[in-house]
Amino acid sequence: MTAAVDVQRETPIGARRGRAAVGRWISRIPYAVLAVYAVVGGVGPLIIDYNPVRVSLDDRLLSPGAHVVSGGIAWFGTDGLGRDVLAQVVYGARTSVIIGVSTVVVSCLIGVTVGIVAGYFRGWLDTVLARGIDILLAFPAILLTIVIAGAFERSVLVVVAALSATPWISFARVTRGVALSVRERPWIDAARVLGVRPTSILLRHILPLTVGPVVALATLEFALVVLAEAGLSFLGIGLPNSAVSWGQTIANGKQYLETAWWISALPGIALSLLIINIGILGDQLTARYGRGHLR
Amino acid sequence: MSLLEVNDLRVSFARRNAWFRSRSADFVAVDGVSLAVAPDEIVGLVGESGSGKTTVARAIVGLVRPGSGAVLLDGVPLGPVGRRTTAQQRAAQMVFQDPRSSLSPRMTVTAIINEAWRTHPESAPPGDRTAALHRLLDDVGLDASVARHRADELSGGQCQRVSIARALAVRPRLLVCDEAVSALDVSVQAQILRLLVDLRERHHLAMLFISHDLGVVHQIADRIAVMRRGVVVEEGRTTDVLGAPRHEYTRSLLDAALELSTTDAQDRSGN
Repeated sequence: MTAAVDVQRETPIGARRGRAAVGRWISRIPYAVLAVYAVVGGVGPLIIDYNPVRVSLDDRLLSPGAHVVSGGIAWFGTDGLGRDVLAQVVYGARTSVIIGVSTVVVSCLIGVTVGIVAGYFRGWLDTVLARGIDILLAFPAILLTIVIAGAFERSVLVVVAALSATPWISFARVTRGVALSVRERPWIDAARVLGVRPTSILLRHILPLTVGPVVALATLEFALVVLAEAGLSFLGIGLPNSAVSWGQTIANGKQYLETAWWISALPGIALSLLIINIGILGDQLTARYGRGHLR
Repeated sequence: MSLLEVNDLRVSFARRNAWFRSRSADFVAVDGVSLAVAPDEIVGLVGESGSGKTTVARAIVGLVRPGSGAVLLDGVPLGPVGRRTTAQQRAAQMVFQDPRSSLSPRMTVTAIINEAWRTHPESAPPGDRTAALHRLLDDVGLDASVARHRADELSGGQCQRVSIARALAVRPRLLVCDEAVSALDVSVQAQILRLLVDLRERHHLAMLFISHDLGVVHQIADRIAVMRRGVVVEEGRTTDVLGAPRHEYTRSLLDAALELSTTDAQDRSGN
């Protein structure tokens, strides 16, 4: 009797296990792609020498794989000023990652602090912050970013500040939600009865529970920030011209779209791949650590 | 001289989003409760759910601000929890109903107890903290190996013992147990009750033991106060109150409890 039951079960479990294994491998693709970007962005600039100011007019608009005057091969072609597109993609990866990480870190620090304080202490502070956030959310995010970026001279610092102007709100809202629900839990009451100081309660009892949702949100925001930075640079109000950015390269290729597609297309593909993979990773993390994962 | 005295305590809650409502719309949870707990005494507070027992407990430890009335410890009025002196904070500790959520899910037992000692260094044992931690765990009937586990890896009974250990760590004089055994199954209930009686003798603890379960209170309390709709309707020695109840409500509570236990017995004999 028992044996019969076992035999009946065996096949579906095996099949399920096989499918699960395939699913596991597919779900690891974003990690692999992001690792490639990290390696390319981190090591690439050390290997490939590139100076955005040095132009070589003899090498203008070479197609991918063509030989340049100096003897090398331009695998991704060259742009309208004879600059190597592969080098621009590699240097652009580094720029995107640096800008993305610093913007996410800045907005995460601000947002988590504001959210946790507002959610835990409630009162007028929470009311003011919640209404303020509502007002800020009423503006289109990119508009606010453009206004800030356009008002100041182009520099990395201004770009990071402009890009941080709206993402911190998402962090504040998520953290506030966690703090609001956690503050009612008995372990917080127990800590208060014990006489634990409010800062310790925030840091030791509430902050650890925000980590999951915040990390999930950080990945999603990272993708948006990378895209927004490319957008700013495309519009010419992002990074200074001495920096290499995918947005600038794509903008440079705009006028050659029909004759030299590779100038805009290749950095565009690099950008899309990065954003899609971060998005998938973010969704995975949200499903695992997002809302409702408090216990 | 009583250790804890509650004088004419009134607590009301503003209804949610009461921006435009008048104060009269407030919900009155506790409407003039007076209680006293002597040193070494266990006072049971019983009543149906919604009768305001928990609000009384929360007002005593300072989690709820009373509308009027006073909570006195050694004759000195107590404020809300943040305004108490360290000695007052240590003196009254609380054990909560839900054993799992009264421990921080991301902290180990060691971290939980150490937090109590770090908050009140004067209550921390001199010398080796690890040895002291093991003694404390042993005191509440836990194995030393529990120390490195987190709350979500422990059983309900173990969690409640850790909660009690955390309260004892600061050497309180009064332990407020709010439905401390209600969420546990019957055999574990009995163990925790025995532990509490034990601890009272060893540590000279006074207790305010809150429960809706007359049977449980009967086992542990020296005196009983019966609450209904925010007021105490009857108070006296346990044997008197349960043996010869004077108030109708107490009688009906007793009848309900009896009925439950006889049907229980019938069920058992039926099987």
